[in-house]
Amino acid sequence: MNVEQLYDFLKKTQEEKGYFFNNDKSRVFDLLHGLLENRGQYGYMCCPCRLAADDRDWDRDIICPCVYRAPDVAQYGSCYCGLYVSKEWNERSIPHSYVSERRPPEKAFGKL
Amino acid sequence: MENCEIKLYALTTCIHCRDTKEFLDKCGVDYDCVHVDKLEADERRSLLEQIREANPGCAFPMLMIGSKVIIGFKRDEIREALNLE
Repeated sequence: MNVEQLYDFLKKTQEEKGYFFNNDKSRVFDLLHGLLENRGQYGYMCCPCRLAADDRDWDRDIICPCVYRAPDVAQYGSCYCGLYVSKEWNERSIPHSYVSERRPPEKAFGKL
Repeated sequence: MENCEIKLYALTTCIHCRDTKEFLDKCGVDYDCVHVDKLEADERRSLLEQIREANPGCAFPMLMIGSKVIIGFKRDEIREALNLE
């Protein structure tokens, strides 16, 4: 799957769930490239903004879309890496604030 | 602050790391960048042990300006730490 195909596939499936791509399309494509790079390197699409442990089971929580996306979008309007956002975030009707890492430290350091 | 050592720990795929690099470059700041995701396993482990205390969430980018640590791309904090306009 190339980046355009990934874009089209995710846009359709994720928007149905209420998660929208950031309206900065070049940023979205950079993030999707990162996902594909991680798939090439680790065999799974780990969040491009997190350090993968190279262990699919251990990193299940940060395979995109990560399990932190829902609480992050609910709290900040954006997920940690900024790939997925809410409609309000894209419309700038809510502030664009810094999204703190929600992954527990024991997960981040556990296998590294 | 001008002569202190500035070190950036980053991931090659991370967009916030890229934002930080672009910001530092734009401001003409000299810094060393370590791409943590490209380190060999042993080197990575030893580096992570070193930064663990300062960066308990293992989040990137991690910018060290002398003894000051800034986790994430925080433009205003970087500006302040480097006395940038």
